[in-house]
Amino acid sequence: MLGFLRKPRWSPYLVGIGIGVLSWCTFYFMEKALGTSTAFVGAAGSGVCAIAPDHVASNAYYLREYGAKSGGGFKPIFDWQMALDFALVAGAFIAAWLGGTFRRERVPTVWAERFGPSVAKRYAAAFIGGFILIFGARMAGGCTSGHGISGGLQLAVSSWMFFISMFISGIATAAALFGLSGFGRPGKAEVTNV
Amino acid sequence: MFEHFFADPKTLLMGAITGLVFGFLLQKGGVTRYNVIVNQFRFKDFTVLKTMLTAIVVGAIGIYAMLQFGMIKGLQLKGAELAMNAGGGLIFGVGMVLLGYCPGTALAAVGQGSRDAAIGIVGALVGAAVYAEAYPLLAKALQPIGNLGKITIADAAHASPWWFIVGLGVFAAGLFVWLEKRERRSLSV
Repeated sequence: MLGFLRKPRWSPYLVGIGIGVLSWCTFYFMEKALGTSTAFVGAAGSGVCAIAPDHVASNAYYLREYGAKSGGGFKPIFDWQMALDFALVAGAFIAAWLGGTFRRERVPTVWAERFGPSVAKRYAAAFIGGFILIFGARMAGGCTSGHGISGGLQLAVSSWMFFISMFISGIATAAALFGLSGFGRPGKAEVTNV
Repeated sequence: MFEHFFADPKTLLMGAITGLVFGFLLQKGGVTRYNVIVNQFRFKDFTVLKTMLTAIVVGAIGIYAMLQFGMIKGLQLKGAELAMNAGGGLIFGVGMVLLGYCPGTALAAVGQGSRDAAIGIVGALVGAAVYAEAYPLLAKALQPIGNLGKITIADAAHASPWWFIVGLGVFAAGLFVWLEKRERRSLSV
């Protein structure tokens, strides 16, 4: 058992089964579907609230996501999903620590091969990428977990629309950033990178 | 404004357990790595698709079985607003490749030591705040387009969901067999 937990990498099929079974549990025991990106709205709203509380209280989007059903005010911001999001960091840390794959990484190798070793350049792209990512997720109503996995497995029309658009746009973006020449030829890095 | 900032302890505990397991699985699966995610979109590494399709098929079988046997009250669908779903998906894809993580895997990647993912999360928080300001305008323009309500593909087709689940399962199995063969070939040369 411990030997298995110490393996650096598990089969994607096994992990997929695990996530599928985890979603049974959240439905059955918690009446919830796996999702991660709504909590970013809660966290951002809490931050803005420190400067301009009245503005947050009257914003249509914060009210839509966190507005209390009856009366004014908001539901708890630190909720099921916010706890899940914090625990994601811890869960991955335990997995990486047990598997011996924890390492401080600033510039991933595939990025460095294309754009060089500059940390500033990588961080700038990560910041802008994160910004675009959440903007898109909130516009679509979910991300890779809320729409991709939870909505996908419920056969939701909204989620499959998101899933397909996301993949098309991701492929086009990868082609624009990395060029088409590297497409479709699996290299050694893909197998050894754990 | 907040009567309670924190949800009740049981809810928080349940969320934390779910997150621990989810984060553990994502990291073991390798989908918390920038290289793995970006190379999915370059058709060089199919780990992301293998993981997601397996989760979707396994999840669908259990959820629809529980629904049929009355073990769960109902589904947790997000409403179809097709212009918002598609537009958001197109924007999301750009962000996912530029950052190299999605929101959940970025958080998990922080746990494995990926500093760039932490910067991405800072960008994401700013993005969420900006989206809240843009929402009234965007919603007015796009929400009415393709607004079908909370429906599934099976509802839209007036057919049993099991046709789609079985179809998806067969498609996934075929794709996996083909991918494994292809990967063995490329490793042996």
